Amino acid sequence: MLDLVWLVPAFPLAGFLILTFGGRRLGEPTAGWLATGAMAGSFLATAGAFYDLAGRDVHDRRSVTTLFEWVPAGDLTVDVGFLADPLSLTMCLFVTGVGALIHLYSIGYMHGDADFRRFFAYLNLFAFAMLMLVLGDNLLLTFLGWEGVGACSYLLISFWFTDEANASAGKKAFITNRIGDWGFMLAIFMTFATFGTVAYVDVLDTTAAGTVATSTATFIALMLFVGAIGKSAQFPLFLWLPDAMAGPTPVSALIHAATMVTSGIYLLTRVNPIIADAADWVPTLIAWTGAGTALFAATIAVAQRDIKKVLAYSTISQLGYMFLAVGCGAYVAAVFHMVTHAFFKALLFLGSGSVIHGMDGDQDMAHYGGLRRLMPVTAGTFVIGWLAIAGVPPFAGFWSKDEILAYAWNESPLLWAVGLVTAVLTAFYMTRLVILTFFGRHRYADPRPDEVEEAWASAIAVAEEAVVAAAAALAAAVTASEAATDEPDVAEAVVAARAAHEAAVLERDGIVASAGERPELPALALYGAPDIGPVADRLPDQVATRSDHHPHESPWTMGLPLVVLAVLSVLGGLIQLPFSAATKRLEGWLEPTLFGNEVHLSVGTGTLWVLAAVAVAGGAVGILVAVAAYLQRRVDHRTFEQPILADAWRFDRLVSNFMGGPGRAGFEATANFDSTVVDGAVESVATMVKAEARLLRRFHNGLVRTYAAGVGVGAVGLVVWFLSRTSF
Amino acid sequence: MVVTTSWYLTLAAILFSMGAVGLLTRRNPLIMIMCIELMLNAVNLTFVSLGSELGDLGGQLSVFFVLVVAASEVVVGLAVVVAIMRRRQGATVDDLSVLGG
Amino acid sequence: MDAAVFLISAAIVLTGAGGVLVARNPVHAALFLVQTLFGVAVLFVLQDATFLAAVQVIVYAGAVVILFLFVIMLLGVDRAEDLGVEPIVGQRPVAAIVGASLLGMLLTALLVSVDGPTGAHGANTALGDAADNTRLLGEALFTDYVFAVELTAILLTVAVIGAVVLARRVRGPLAPLPVVVVASVADDGEQGDDGPPDVVEATDASDEGEGA
Repeated sequence: MLDLVWLVPAFPLAGFLILTFGGRRLGEPTAGWLATGAMAGSFLATAGAFYDLAGRDVHDRRSVTTLFEWVPAGDLTVDVGFLADPLSLTMCLFVTGVGALIHLYSIGYMHGDADFRRFFAYLNLFAFAMLMLVLGDNLLLTFLGWEGVGACSYLLISFWFTDEANASAGKKAFITNRIGDWGFMLAIFMTFATFGTVAYVDVLDTTAAGTVATSTATFIALMLFVGAIGKSAQFPLFLWLPDAMAGPTPVSALIHAATMVTSGIYLLTRVNPIIADAADWVPTLIAWTGAGTALFAATIAVAQRDIKKVLAYSTISQLGYMFLAVGCGAYVAAVFHMVTHAFFKALLFLGSGSVIHGMDGDQDMAHYGGLRRLMPVTAGTFVIGWLAIAGVPPFAGFWSKDEILAYAWNESPLLWAVGLVTAVLTAFYMTRLVILTFFGRHRYADPRPDEVEEAWASAIAVAEEAVVAAAAALAAAVTASEAATDEPDVAEAVVAARAAHEAAVLERDGIVASAGERPELPALALYGAPDIGPVADRLPDQVATRSDHHPHESPWTMGLPLVVLAVLSVLGGLIQLPFSAATKRLEGWLEPTLFGNEVHLSVGTGTLWVLAAVAVAGGAVGILVAVAAYLQRRVDHRTFEQPILADAWRFDRLVSNFMGGPGRAGFEATANFDSTVVDGAVESVATMVKAEARLLRRFHNGLVRTYAAGVGVGAVGLVVWFLSRTSF
Repeated sequence: MVVTTSWYLTLAAILFSMGAVGLLTRRNPLIMIMCIELMLNAVNLTFVSLGSELGDLGGQLSVFFVLVVAASEVVVGLAVVVAIMRRRQGATVDDLSVLGG
Repeated sequence: MDAAVFLISAAIVLTGAGGVLVARNPVHAALFLVQTLFGVAVLFVLQDATFLAAVQVIVYAGAVVILFLFVIMLLGVDRAEDLGVEPIVGQRPVAAIVGASLLGMLLTALLVSVDGPTGAHGANTALGDAADNTRLLGEALFTDYVFAVELTAILLTVAVIGAVVLARRVRGPLAPLPVVVVASVADDGEQGDDGPPDVVEATDASDEGEGA
């Protein structure tokens, strides 16, 4: 079965090709089932390969299946081959498994979309690229997959490209990734220059034997880290991930939570011998970048109102944890967290997609609230995901996060402290999300600020009309009284009209004053419906429609994956329980790929229990504070939602200013250099040729005597030459 | 004074140079062909002189053939001149520059 | 005695050549050419090449020059050419340089060499005296060099046929010769990339029919 490992990427590739070239006839649900079937087939092939590999002896767990020679270019030969070893098969298992579940989910989510078939074609293409990335037996094949997932990410983020914002988000993702790809490419070049090959087996074995210079290993490791930063959205190349939420939610779940963003960590784990041979500051840099990004993103997630943005920043934060683990030499912990994160983050994203689907596309949490009775399956599974990510034992997230924190303490207490604060913040903002969405009062029927504006405007308009009408009546009464001056009722009518007019004016001024003085509508009306004063009956009709329409639960195609992922989030911790060597199954499984570079914990079991207790306590603190702020009204929630956090520390603006200002100047200078110097050099050759031709053209005047003169000069030259060769 | 071969060769050299100068200087096609004849005669003189110095009949044989070829060349050249120049009076070779570029 | 003959013949040759060079009238130039040819014939006789001298006079002076004169007569190219002006810039200096260089180098090759201008003496065909010259030439030509003789015969035939074809009168009106306006040959390079010079149709009235 192991030599059939090429089936793993072949199934999604076949799915993509069939959907692209024959999909129009397939129609809506069939295309989705075909794609899901392809992923399921891929998962079965992976399971078969896994079973085969597990049956082998521990020291024999590495199988290379070569399909054909891809690049025969002199010294560089690159094959298309697949390296099936514990690390790659672990990745493949959750990529195909979670991927298949997300494909199934998308059948329900994308129902009714005009581009249904195209979506599944892109999803399968993405799966193919991701599997090539993971299974490739050399750096170039991994890079092929790397670029492929980048391209598919672009295609899928800007899936609804008719909206300008979506297209821009896709472009932003692609370009930011490209910066990382530059680093990856330099690493490939250096690897070839050093080792003469780019195949993992040769490179890693040679490095593990200890024959590589430190500076070379440092360079390669650093450049691969740059590539990983781009792909896994760490500081400073994380900008694209929040914007990438413009894509459909299944895309966010698959690409930006479970698979593509983990490729950076996969790459670094794959080349762990090179990192081990690099200078000491390289792993430290990786660890601090990861920890810093984790904290940075967690602070931003606290203040976001869009449910998907919270999850996006949460993803960046959790990826930071994985980089922290890699930097501390805890590769097993990084992979463990990658696996559990895939489960619970996909669950959270799919759950949010279910909520969005039920709320007809509304993503603002200010409009949610109290959905747990209306969407019970979604709420139940979401709560499980929440508990997992908040680090509540015995859910999966607790075990993996705790392991990372233990290794962080082993490396440096300061790193551990950063990780702990991040864990507290994670618990806080995830609790906030759950409360805002599923608990509290229903807010979706509340009038929105623009609707209230409209109500006040309409009230003022009505009052104005009344004033105008009263003024007209007054004028009419005055005219009538001037026409018939001696009738007493006419005089009374004038007085009455005047009084009515003054009353109308007073009323109008009163309304305008109230409008000016009215209190600001709260952003989150957590504890009671907002008081909108006298204009409650002037609200537009859609408010009434909203309160009649209730969010609904999602179909079974969306519910089943949620349930499966919830189960996995509960049980996922079992693969690496830290109690004894027997329960640390993942570590034993991954050992052949680690070349002994896994750091050994030098802390005692007692310390480990204390660290775990502190982490659990921190998580509890986060949860309780969020409950106090959002459910129990004991703390004002606005203290946490600072505008600078909502603005992501204005980092985006900083980058735009830089790129627009000095960046643009630099780009234009380079472009000018290219057009004047480089193009000028090329054109000057042409100009010189033209000038020379103009000079020489004089001899071609067609006159016989000029040609005769030429012959004469040539003859003289020949005679001179002959004379110079004779000796007298 | 004994007339040595060098005298003949010097005379031939002068004659040849004069023919070359004339060829490059004159514009009338017929006179240009006459200058070519001068050069050929210089060459003939050279051949005969060297032949007599070396005691070899080959010099005179060469002259024989040069003479024949020169005659046929003049014939064809004059025919060409006639064909081109027949249409215009007072034409010179400077007017035949259609092949200029 | 020989020297005197030589010097007089040399003078005749050179004055004739100079006359060819500077004669304005082509008929005069042809006559000066005859003078040169006669001088060269005398020099041939001086070298015991009697047959060649005779052939020189008969063929060269007697046939080729007559051919020249016929053509001059036919074309009417008797209008004097203006020797004072030289339309092509730099032609006269180039001519002077070429002539001077050739002369200088040839004289150098002749006179500077230590052993004289020739190398070893080797005779393929022995040279006889003046009386035997014709017989020896004939023997050599028609035994050793008969192939070459046949080829030259073919050459002459071809030349005659070619001349007849080339100089044939064409029936009907003649097409005018294209006239190229060579405004100023001197400075055409500086005007940028304008295309080839203009070609204007000539409108010579004398092209019609078969006028002489």
